Amino acid sequence: MPLTPNLTAHWDEPDSYTVAGYERHHGYEALRKALEMDPDDIIGVVKDSGLRGRGGAGFPTGLKWSFVPQGDGKPHYLVVNGDESEPGACKDLPLMLASSQHLIEGMIITSYAIRANHAFLYIRGEVPHVIRRMHEAVRDAYKAGYLGKNILGSGYDLEITVHAGAGAYICGEETALLSSLEGMRGQPRLKPPFPAVAGLYACPTVVNNVETISSVPAILRNGADWYSSFGTEKSKGIKVFSVAGHVNNPGIFEAPLGITMRELLGYAGGIRDGHDLKFFVPGGSSVPLLTEEHLDAELSYEGMEAVGTMLGTATPMVFDETVSVVRAITGWLDFYKHESCGKCTPCREGTWWIDQLLHSLQDGTGKMEDLKQLEDLCAQILGRSFCALGDAAATPYPAAMKFFAGEFEAGTHTSANAQFNPAASIVFPGVTTS
Amino acid sequence: MALTEETRTELLEIIKRYPDQARSALNPMLHLTQSVEGYVSPEAIELCAELLELTPAEVSAVATFYTMYKRRPVGKHLIGVCVNPQCGILGGDEIFSSLCSDLGIGNDETTEDGMFSIEKIECQAACTYAPSTTVDWEFMDDMSVDKMRDVVAKLRAGETVESTRGPVIRDFRATERTIAGFDDGLGNAGGNNADAVMLAGLNVAKANGMPDVDGGNK
Amino acid sequence: MTVTASNAGEITPPADLVSCTIDGIDIQVPKGTLIIRAAEQIGIEIPRFCDHPLLTPAANCRMCLVEIVGQPKPQPSCAIIVGADMEIKTANTSTVADLAQRGVMEFLLINHPLDCPVCDKGGECPLQNQAMSHGNGESHFHGVKRTFPKPIAISSQILLDRERCVSCARCTRFSEEIAGDPLIELIDRGAQQQVAIAEDKPFDSYFSGNTVQICPVGALTSKDYRFRARPFDLVSTPTACEHCASGCALRTDERRSKVMRRLAWDDPEVNEDWNCDKGRFAFRYLDEDRLTHPLVRDENGDLVVASWPEAIAIAAEKLTAARGTTGVITGGRVTREDAYAYGKFARVALGSDDIDFRSRATSDEETKLLRAVVAGSELGVTYGQIEQSPMVLMVGLEPEEESPMIFLRLRKGVQAGTATTAAISSWSSPGFTKTGGVVLAAAPGAEAQVLAALGSADSSLSDAAKNVASALNEDGAIILVGERLASQPGGISAATALAAATGASLAWVPRRAGERGALDAGALAGLLPGGRPITEASARSEVAVTWGVSPEELPTEPGLTVEGIIEALTTVPGAEVDGVAEGTATEVVVDVEGAGDTDSVDVEPADSEQAHGDPIDEEFEPRITALVLAGVEIDDFPNPDLFRTALLEASVVISLETRLSGIEAYADVVFPVAVDTERAGSYTDWEGRVRTFGQVVAEATTIPDGRVLAMIADAMDHSIGSGEPLPMRRELDQLGSYVGPRPDGPSATAPVKATPSSGKAVLASWRHLLDNSILATGEDYLAGTARAPVARMSAATAAGIGASDGALVTVSNDIGEIVLPLVLTDMPDGVVWVPGNSPGSTVNASLGVVPGAVVDISQGGQV
Repeated sequence: MPLTPNLTAHWDEPDSYTVAGYERHHGYEALRKALEMDPDDIIGVVKDSGLRGRGGAGFPTGLKWSFVPQGDGKPHYLVVNGDESEPGACKDLPLMLASSQHLIEGMIITSYAIRANHAFLYIRGEVPHVIRRMHEAVRDAYKAGYLGKNILGSGYDLEITVHAGAGAYICGEETALLSSLEGMRGQPRLKPPFPAVAGLYACPTVVNNVETISSVPAILRNGADWYSSFGTEKSKGIKVFSVAGHVNNPGIFEAPLGITMRELLGYAGGIRDGHDLKFFVPGGSSVPLLTEEHLDAELSYEGMEAVGTMLGTATPMVFDETVSVVRAITGWLDFYKHESCGKCTPCREGTWWIDQLLHSLQDGTGKMEDLKQLEDLCAQILGRSFCALGDAAATPYPAAMKFFAGEFEAGTHTSANAQFNPAASIVFPGVTTS
Repeated sequence: MALTEETRTELLEIIKRYPDQARSALNPMLHLTQSVEGYVSPEAIELCAELLELTPAEVSAVATFYTMYKRRPVGKHLIGVCVNPQCGILGGDEIFSSLCSDLGIGNDETTEDGMFSIEKIECQAACTYAPSTTVDWEFMDDMSVDKMRDVVAKLRAGETVESTRGPVIRDFRATERTIAGFDDGLGNAGGNNADAVMLAGLNVAKANGMPDVDGGNK
Repeated sequence: MTVTASNAGEITPPADLVSCTIDGIDIQVPKGTLIIRAAEQIGIEIPRFCDHPLLTPAANCRMCLVEIVGQPKPQPSCAIIVGADMEIKTANTSTVADLAQRGVMEFLLINHPLDCPVCDKGGECPLQNQAMSHGNGESHFHGVKRTFPKPIAISSQILLDRERCVSCARCTRFSEEIAGDPLIELIDRGAQQQVAIAEDKPFDSYFSGNTVQICPVGALTSKDYRFRARPFDLVSTPTACEHCASGCALRTDERRSKVMRRLAWDDPEVNEDWNCDKGRFAFRYLDEDRLTHPLVRDENGDLVVASWPEAIAIAAEKLTAARGTTGVITGGRVTREDAYAYGKFARVALGSDDIDFRSRATSDEETKLLRAVVAGSELGVTYGQIEQSPMVLMVGLEPEEESPMIFLRLRKGVQAGTATTAAISSWSSPGFTKTGGVVLAAAPGAEAQVLAALGSADSSLSDAAKNVASALNEDGAIILVGERLASQPGGISAATALAAATGASLAWVPRRAGERGALDAGALAGLLPGGRPITEASARSEVAVTWGVSPEELPTEPGLTVEGIIEALTTVPGAEVDGVAEGTATEVVVDVEGAGDTDSVDVEPADSEQAHGDPIDEEFEPRITALVLAGVEIDDFPNPDLFRTALLEASVVISLETRLSGIEAYADVVFPVAVDTERAGSYTDWEGRVRTFGQVVAEATTIPDGRVLAMIADAMDHSIGSGEPLPMRRELDQLGSYVGPRPDGPSATAPVKATPSSGKAVLASWRHLLDNSILATGEDYLAGTARAPVARMSAATAAGIGASDGALVTVSNDIGEIVLPLVLTDMPDGVVWVPGNSPGSTVNASLGVVPGAVVDISQGGQV
């Protein structure tokens, strides 16, 4: 399947993020078209395009917008989730750096469609260059008359506020993000009410991922049929994939949904020379890992489901044979334990416990019964935590056990580092032992 | 440095960005106080509480939730090393341990001269640049032990160090001011920052005649 | 709630009910009912920690997970509303739910210390109990537990043991949602998440004790109760709180006749599940410094221990001699039953209607209001009504300080959007701020003007005031008149007029627990029990029948109220009325001028013996010669020195007290009486709701006031019955409330006040909830959470005397001074506010005036 440069098509032009650079390639044409449309028709086009949320959950975007009650007399808000923090995901930040105006145009069209006059872009705090870039891009768009009062003489007003977070993975969860944006602890909220009914400041709010919103202008301009002509039956359109890890040319690859990992690996120059694929995680650490045997599975919502995992953020991490699965899984559980917000019992206490058991297996001091205990603990969290973070924390271990039980069993007597010399996994020269 | 009347004025400016609910300003406000004091001090908590009509406990609850807010003063430069498995395995763990021994400090500690603080950080969404690190939160992609030694030496010597995708490194406090939303004039630094990694796909597409689907390659 | 057999499914429920099944049982519940509540209705217990019926659902502990058929994951029953035809399975019938609950319980226990044997919660701990009922016997966890230093004090009263905390957030949600004091918060995150205060900002909330009670583990404990008892050693009695007129239901726990602790008890109509810290923690007074034996004054003038028969005989003899000229003042704390006994005793045994339950600043206007509207009016404005009122206007009342449950209920209504509040006050105190209402600023004395303006829709009103005025005309509007308004001339009359003009309901809110009950029981001049005017023949006959006396024996005209009694004593020849009694009674100079000042009191000559020791004036027959005093504090009177003079002037003083109070220095006989825990009784709260309490200490041998009075009456050849609480209550209840014509209400006009000149200010004041109250004596942990006494003035007033924020200022008059640090406050110029009875700020004792008086203000001073 060929690559399909779309959002990334002009990244070889250094001013691709500016209004001027963007306007050279149809930039803001979609907005002109949209402002003449009935907002509900825009929602219709997006529905028809088959666009689904690109943040990981894959909820149909147009449908989400259609949940916003109209004529309710309350302010509506668009909040764009730029909190990209899922281990492995590396596509929203590059999009904001180099396709800033795509996002802004998408935000204006979306806001217009859901009748919002104030949109927020929530960017994780740890990326100052992305934050300043988006501030710059928003200023640029205001200057060009695309933001503010009476946009392009349409009578439609929109303000965009760029907001920086402060370091909390959980804020990628949409209700936690709203709590954070309201100046509170970034802990998730009860649903219902869903954000579409009571989101930011208890008003109807659409929360969408950066890539989702950035995809909107081209859909409006080229039509739903154009967009849905890419991808598979259930996974329409184009996706920005990032491929990272033990490959020769890691990077961003834009392709239709349904492309296979084998194809993507090929575009990324293959597994680093002299090594073999051991496992890959297709959509961020929160989805079950896959192995060689899954290389031909379609990277689509349904294709990934068929092989027992999820598309997630569609940002594969690739690990070669030098890597200890136990070490990787333990590292991810360190992460979930560190990022557990503390609100609910299963996630808060479960990650504390699981992490201890995994560390003993990593250190080679685990017990055989720990393996079963870990399975039980993951089952005790899965589906019982307040939000998906708990589910995510309960995912890596059972998936790894499916393929690499022996490595965990070896953790009862041999440390991960003894089984796999960490130095062998390092990609820069000069380290031979650890 | 203590919080001044100027800080108070700027904090009030941040509040104005959120006409519908002042409390939304809290996160950027805490970033701004860090840009003045190098950490979130008890005084900063009280000041934010006063301006937002919250209790100091409510502000503390927020300030302690997010890992970017520091409870002790941070050094001039904050070096972050991603130890999330992807980066950690590809070399981040090695970079971190060598940094510790080079600087003689551990995680979340500051060198005696106040130059450097180091911190294990979680996924920086720079996985394609593994091992990924940051200096004062600016991207320092594709790091290695030797490159990091070089960066530290240059910073110590006051020489220019450039972020791989971003501007010249300033210091922790300057970055915190940027994060608080104050224009630092560096929004265009590095063009669109599209390097070989970001261009990996586009380059393949162009080389193989795969067209720009949104109107054709120009 | 309807529980039907499963075959009754065909019955279509009314529109506002939904049907579901829980564990196979069909049930219909009102729309909006949470699953956990629905299950409770049919006796199905779902374990829970974060859930509390009065807090918003959090669903964070995950203990209450149930299976909802058709849903892929178990759901938190505390947060899910019953849906139509929902099929719900709890752990009783669902493996999914059972495993989920057991799993969560295991997680909760991994970081929980095994210190139950030394934990105050042990034995009544929801974690302990539910670990038994819904947990596995054994933990699989063999790892490292999270540890914290334990415990840490988050206030002088509340201790926090973070290891025990299960992060249910009940305490933090209570503090924010209910009390409006978000002084504790969850900080950090993940497994390190913990409850905390901000640095140097202790959890000084008036309601902090509730968090100890609702903590489902032993994470929050009180210093007061720490390590003092085990729940299974305690004997519990339902009681009513004696600290204010809020009427909280409490549970009092005693062990070996000593009260160990008090808890808020659930009364949905009154205090819901809450109470204030004073009600919870202030009970040491019950046991300390108690009088144990009657005391009589011997021939040397010394008080000596006497036998009961001897003391009774002496009291009876002296009171017989003073029949017709004895005044009775009961203070605000006696029970309904005792107040009734005092009222009956006064009329029957003393032949007097000179009785008052108000040992505080009063006014003719207040007396008229009480006689015309309040007495015997039974249940009036209720908590339920203030929660659902378009406008609750408060005047002379700071609810958080003076009636904390009114505060909580108003806050609840305001939070829910069902109530709106406003206040007329000198400044917007925290209590007003947290109930979210507009504060119409008024210097003491100017309340009447503001009230009148609200009623007249004055065009000069601010927009905020106009909104208040207009809301007062809506159905359900309420005016709450605090007892403090009595000291502001014209205020009560204006409030009455405003209520009449707008149709708003008016409720009178006294501060002390016993006042409303005493009023209804007939312990006020002019009023027989049930609000019966003594001037009405029919009222007199009803009472006479019950009392077994002839109607002719009852007084027909209102006697003297407390002001009149004091005035009568202090304006007799031989009294000094400038407020300071000088020398001994035998040396005082006759001040005939003073008698001329009595314009409001009709000093009638009465047949009596002359005051002992006074120079005999053949022309003068004193109106009052003797006093019977119960639970009276000298410093409660607006001018304590004047009251001391009255005590000196009285030829007979009979005191009924639980402890030495200062009155004994003037008393001829002192009788020890029972405290609440030693007898049954009741109070009537501000709503007019009777709050009964049982006898906590079964072995008590002390005697209630009524019984003492009955013995004295018997010795005087009169009978008031046994005087025991329960017979007195029966009699009072049988009498019921009066129906018939009532005297007119107040209609005084407010005098126009001059703006005070520079260096002077109008005094504003009210009492803090936690202050020098003698019922909180010795409660050091509690006192540590009190608000710091400060003086408040506007910036302009402060500038006028060169005072700055935080610096000391002196508030003084010719009697004394109060020196406090200044807090600049948004309030009218020319006003100074100080707390009424706090350390370093005792308005009555130090200044001898009431709010509204003009005082001197100056910067600086010596504490």
